[in-house]
Amino acid sequence: MGAESSPKIVIVDESPIRAAILEEGLREAGFTGVVHISEMQSLLSRIYALDPDVILIDLENPSRDVLEQMFQVSRAVRRPIAMFVDQSDAASIQASVDAGVSAYIVDGLKKERVKPILDLCISRFNAFAKLQDELDRAKSALEDRKVIDRAKGILMKRKGLTEEEAYVLLRSTAMREKKKIGEIAQSILTASELLK
Amino acid sequence: MTRSLRIGFIPLVDAAALIVAVDKGFAAEEGLDITLLREVSWSNVRDKLNLGLFDAAHLLAPVAIASSLGLGHVKVPIVAPFNLALNGNAITVSPALHAAIMSELSGDPLDPMATALALSRVVAARRKKGAEPLIFGMTFPFSTHNYQLRFWMAAGGVDPDEDVRLVVLPPPYMVDSLANGHVDAFCVGAPWNSVAVDHGVGHILHFVADILVRAAEKVLAVRQDWSEKNADILAALVRALARAAEFVEEPQHRAEAARILALPERIGIDAEVIQRTLDGRLKVSPDGTMRESNRYLLVGREGVARPDPVQAAWLYAQMVRWGQASISPDALHTAKSVFRPALYDAALGQSGEPADAARAVGAFAGPAFDADDIAGHLAAFRIGRWKP
Repeated sequence: MGAESSPKIVIVDESPIRAAILEEGLREAGFTGVVHISEMQSLLSRIYALDPDVILIDLENPSRDVLEQMFQVSRAVRRPIAMFVDQSDAASIQASVDAGVSAYIVDGLKKERVKPILDLCISRFNAFAKLQDELDRAKSALEDRKVIDRAKGILMKRKGLTEEEAYVLLRSTAMREKKKIGEIAQSILTASELLK
Repeated sequence: MTRSLRIGFIPLVDAAALIVAVDKGFAAEEGLDITLLREVSWSNVRDKLNLGLFDAAHLLAPVAIASSLGLGHVKVPIVAPFNLALNGNAITVSPALHAAIMSELSGDPLDPMATALALSRVVAARRKKGAEPLIFGMTFPFSTHNYQLRFWMAAGGVDPDEDVRLVVLPPPYMVDSLANGHVDAFCVGAPWNSVAVDHGVGHILHFVADILVRAAEKVLAVRQDWSEKNADILAALVRALARAAEFVEEPQHRAEAARILALPERIGIDAEVIQRTLDGRLKVSPDGTMRESNRYLLVGREGVARPDPVQAAWLYAQMVRWGQASISPDALHTAKSVFRPALYDAALGQSGEPADAARAVGAFAGPAFDADDIAGHLAAFRIGRWKP
């Protein structure tokens, strides 16, 4: 790597969406040499073939332990690699573990060149987690909605209620029992299934 | 007052005492509300423990020592007040490598010197043919598996850095890698050796107990500063673990322990395989051959739970032998003081060394281990990466 050229970055991530989000962010920030590895088989030899300056890996990936081998002095290792940690910079490693990502760098790469990459990585990982969370919540809201509609239908039929009365009954029961409406609705479905 | 603790673990059978202490309610009876957090890599367990995201962790004994010495990573002093397991690993080889070793074998296949010498003849024959070096999988650079494989093959004259290749593989990938030929053999803990045999893709060549009579495997690890600030909580945790370790070893409780460990959010594999491991009764060949050893995995017997600084010294000596650590009296002292029998004794209200402490590492090759003379001990081994 030339002193001024863009460092070569490898992203090791089995999630194609998250890797794409990260890759896009890195390119926008002017890091042009970005390669994504999603296949964990023969990970080390692929990394050695690419010969990157920085390796980013998600923490849900068991292959993180494989990367730790790069610290070892061994014939297979061409360039010494270190984990991007700094005894004086606990906040930065805490932030990266919280976000779920870890960085490994080639020995000698200056800290101030790695820091913006890691910061960007942390913010993109956090953005992805938020997106995932919203998606999960939207999914479960949709599920709840379906269950509540079916429970309302059962109450309307069995108790001769209007739709609004059925909903009020579900909501007041949920409040009294300190549960979610979805849970009450689910127990109505279960009970009606059992009593069939 | 109930105290909440977050404890990380890797889904392996040697986490038995920790998992049973929580799920059987022993920890709750000590006033501890423990959340167990399953992790996918030792690097994650180490980092989360070091950063304080975990209060304690099920940890590879050498990782606790490496962390205290600042090897390969940030230096964070770790202490181990409880030894979760001795032994428990095995070396499994592909059917092809098994056949090759057996055809070169002279002597007892359970004798690790005989198999190591046979391996060296297999390696020499491959080199002559121009074949690629054999690849051995292990779990982590600072792992018992790494040192056990190295100790074994080097005794037969195989240089683990020159004659073969040792690669780190996450345990859940070991069996697939053996099946598709990415590795020729591996050393790993339970249940993965049994899984390979059950799938017909591997033969268990050795239990680690063949190589070392007593080998510290996993410890309950906490940060040293945490242990000083939370002495009462740590003592309560040690008592809960001690009870669980004894429970696991009672033959009448084995089936229950295996059921607890088999739960999807714990180890998540078949209870029958776990029980075979606890019983030390393993299928070693796809043809159904069984082997039994009461030394396969030791959890709560023979004084296993009390951390033994001699074991820590042996692990440090391996780090020196293979070029991971430099040799110094200070480093040896640091390594030894990771293992804290005093914390164990204080928690259980006992004092001094138990009378029946069997402390020998009991390696099959080389002189008896001397924890006070690492250089002298290592001088007896021809193959190694260290310079006196």
